[in-house]
Amino acid sequence: MSEPKGRGDAWTEERGTSDEGRRRPEAPQRRAGQTERAESTALLEVRDLTVHHGQLRALDHISLRVFPGEVYAIIGANGAGKSTLLRTIAGLHQPTEGSIVYDGKDMTKVRPERRATGGIVMVPEGRRLFGSLTVEENLQVGATYARKGPWTIEHVYELFGWMRDRRTQRTAQLSGGEQQSVAIGRALVANPRVLMLDELSLGLAPVVVQRIYAMLPQILATGLTVLLVEQDVSQALRVASHLQCLLEGHTTLEGRPSDVTPEQVEAAYFGLATAAPGGAGSPSQGGSGGMGLSQGGSGGMGPPGRSSGGVWGGRPPEEIQSRGGLGGVVPPEEMEQPLWPGSTPSSRES
Amino acid sequence: MSVATETTARSVEKYRVTRSRRNVAWTGLGALVVVVVLALFPYIVYSGTTSIMVQAFIVLILASMWNMLAGYAGLVSVGQQAFVGLGAYFVLILNIHSISMFTALPVAAVGCGVASLPMWWLVSRLRSGYFAIATWVLATTVLLIIEKFPSIGGGTGMSLPHAPNISAALLEAETYWIGLAVTVLALVTVYLLLRSRLGLVLTAIRDDEMAARSSGARVGLARMLVFVVAAIGCGAAGALLAISQLIVQPSAVFSVQWTAEMAFAVIIGGLGTIEGPILGTIVYIVLQQTLASYNAWYLIILGLVAMFVALFARRGLWGLVDEHLHIRLFPVGYWLWAPGSSGRRRRDSTEPGRRGISLRRRGRHS
Amino acid sequence: MAWVNAIIQGILIGGLYALFACGLSLMFGVMKVVNLAHGDLAIIGGYIAVGVIAVTHIPVLWSFVIVVPLMALLGYVLQRTVIQASLDRSILTTLLVTFGLSVVIENGLLEFINADSHSLGVGNAIITSSFSIGSQITIAYLLLLIFVVAVVVLLGLQYFLSMSKYGRLIRAVADDKEAAQLSGVDYRHVFGIAAAIAFGTVALAGIAYGMYSQFSPTTGTDTILLFAFAAVVIGGLGSLWGTLVGGVVLGVAQQIGAQINQSDQLLAGYIVFLAVLALRPQGLVARRAQS
Repeated sequence: MSEPKGRGDAWTEERGTSDEGRRRPEAPQRRAGQTERAESTALLEVRDLTVHHGQLRALDHISLRVFPGEVYAIIGANGAGKSTLLRTIAGLHQPTEGSIVYDGKDMTKVRPERRATGGIVMVPEGRRLFGSLTVEENLQVGATYARKGPWTIEHVYELFGWMRDRRTQRTAQLSGGEQQSVAIGRALVANPRVLMLDELSLGLAPVVVQRIYAMLPQILATGLTVLLVEQDVSQALRVASHLQCLLEGHTTLEGRPSDVTPEQVEAAYFGLATAAPGGAGSPSQGGSGGMGLSQGGSGGMGPPGRSSGGVWGGRPPEEIQSRGGLGGVVPPEEMEQPLWPGSTPSSRES
Repeated sequence: MSVATETTARSVEKYRVTRSRRNVAWTGLGALVVVVVLALFPYIVYSGTTSIMVQAFIVLILASMWNMLAGYAGLVSVGQQAFVGLGAYFVLILNIHSISMFTALPVAAVGCGVASLPMWWLVSRLRSGYFAIATWVLATTVLLIIEKFPSIGGGTGMSLPHAPNISAALLEAETYWIGLAVTVLALVTVYLLLRSRLGLVLTAIRDDEMAARSSGARVGLARMLVFVVAAIGCGAAGALLAISQLIVQPSAVFSVQWTAEMAFAVIIGGLGTIEGPILGTIVYIVLQQTLASYNAWYLIILGLVAMFVALFARRGLWGLVDEHLHIRLFPVGYWLWAPGSSGRRRRDSTEPGRRGISLRRRGRHS
Repeated sequence: MAWVNAIIQGILIGGLYALFACGLSLMFGVMKVVNLAHGDLAIIGGYIAVGVIAVTHIPVLWSFVIVVPLMALLGYVLQRTVIQASLDRSILTTLLVTFGLSVVIENGLLEFINADSHSLGVGNAIITSSFSIGSQITIAYLLLLIFVVAVVVLLGLQYFLSMSKYGRLIRAVADDKEAAQLSGVDYRHVFGIAAAIAFGTVALAGIAYGMYSQFSPTTGTDTILLFAFAAVVIGGLGSLWGTLVGGVVLGVAQQIGAQINQSDQLLAGYIVFLAVLALRPQGLVARRAQS
């Protein structure tokens, strides 16, 4: 697998994905939003986004930044607001507050189809293919207003080997996994810069899901950036280069997969009051591989409160608990070979 | 202290649920006064006015029925003229058999209710737009069938052979009182129906049909009931029409213009509110009287205004009144009072404990 | 043999009915709009043709060339403005607004023109004549021509929908307009195209009807809307060929009814419509599975 293009050198170095391991000179201070990524310009930025469904607040001052070439995963339980976030970025919902900035331009008021032709293309939850159209016709629709780029219908056929032979079949007759592939293909032929994947794994067998995610490197190789929403946390951890966890509309965790432990993810996912230290002794402050871990909503009983911590959400650093030590505390055998080159296991001590 | 603790503490105290913010007895009294005054009309006004009032009664009955259909049950029917015509013809047929036209009215109304059942069976499976045209086709079919019978006048129509043998003035007055009685009955029926469980079911269906079904609401039954009641009401209006005109002509009684009039009156007055049809009928009558000499003009203007209202002022005239004055003359919704709250604060109060949340049972106007 | 003649007449006029219907069916299929003013707009096209001919004295057949594109354009504009605005509110609003439009148009025509019937006439001697097969079957050339035109237009529409780029977009938007947006398609524009096609075809059909028979302000609803709807229901939603079948069945039913009793023509058609509604509500032509 080739190195994905689009990552600046500075970014690669900052990531420190070489054999030096996770040891870092100092713990980055998350407080003021300064991280190693702050040096590059975000391709897609969401600032203080608040979205309501009628009276229900689905997202509460969410922020995130996606940099070129990343695979940015958003995880969380049902109802956490993940799909709402993606749909708002795609333009299908209007936020109550906040803004969306793409390539330096404010996109908050732009119509969804213009966002798509501008390079933000979403593969929606549940595939949403045009059921009465054939596979090829679905791709043709996707290509109608496509930007210039490497992806063509032919390339999609090459990516998914089975598709060419079945291209005259109505998509309503395909299996779930096949439909998901066509949906991805339909998005790819538009030549997006940011590809958004909403719950790819929904309703699909794990084997199928893995096969689809296996395509990701080839997709990234053409210079795309991926923002994905995933309920299957292990799958997300395997492919992501950056991670954000939502709970009831708030960010409860944010950082790199290599820097988080399963306990922390679990705590963030379910909104447990404290991240149990597990068997590793007392939590240490700072340490390496810092990430933001917030207490999250305590089952929704407490007042939602405003997330502090500026752009990154989460709680002030004094509440951050870090596992300390090496970032990769998760034993290697618990994590399969990730698909994201340069991610932790290769640099982990075995 | 977290909200959680406050909520738990408060749940111990009682929440109150009321039907209205103010004492609805005042409205009832006002309505009674109006009815009494109206009943005295034949003694105080010219017969020209009472005959206009009878026209108004007919439109008001039709409008409340159409409002119930479209504004609450979501059934846009463009074929209600079928029942107007049938009501009129029931009166004619009964009168041919020497039954008094006044006695014939309730029979006609019920007869229309019965006739609506097979019609409902035919069209109920269609989705909203096609449902509308299907009712129109049904009405046209009924017209064509009726026209085939020369014994009731065929294509040209027939006058009531056994009209009461009394003075014109007395006839006028009796027609007026019957009309008033039927109108009051119709309005009260609609009001009570919408306040009842049926109204609740209709709102549930409107908000989320799937959820309503799965919580046991008999969706089809509710809609059918509304359709039948509306048929009865329109039949009564048609019978009143026959009584007031003393002649029944198929092209007049089955004209789609009736639907246009009732629909426009409701839309302008306020779809989905009880007060709307009343207001809309007033507007309609005023317009019709003012432009009477200009033939089709009043219908054109009415239509344009209705289109405008449907697009830009969806809740109609009554909606405007309601928004600014917050009056509900005929409340069908519920108010939820948190304990400790008085009735005086508006619902946008943010003080805890002083909040009355209105769960308005508004009809389908959006 | 008179029955055979009736059937043949019915088939031929059925083509025209199908042409009335395809616009209605298209608008419902694509944007879930039932345009209650569908027929009235066709009549406006007819009146415009009358006016244009009166002013310019062009041959009747040329009026198509002017009026049909004009009506298509009107359709696009009306869809992007009034109908889209109603759609944004709700389906209920579109029904109310189009109904209002229908009433306004009809009464407006009654007011400004008059209640008389107009006929476009034909102007060409060949077309007014007819030919005979045997002693009982007489076919007017005009009617035959109208049938052929109707079938050609339906074929063209079918081809357009299945093969062309915009046809594909129309079908895609009909399936899932939100997903289409995500692929960069402005569905409002596609809706406009569909409406333009609907208005254009119904205007074409209306003028043809005006040549063959005559129209008055109420023809829009009495004849065109109700017949179009009956054809759609009899044939079944979702298929242009279903609409053709529906139109033909309606036409045949009417002609047979007229054979029985001259005044029963309309009634016979509606009774068949009600029978289909009662016994086979999905229509006579088997429906494709819809997503």
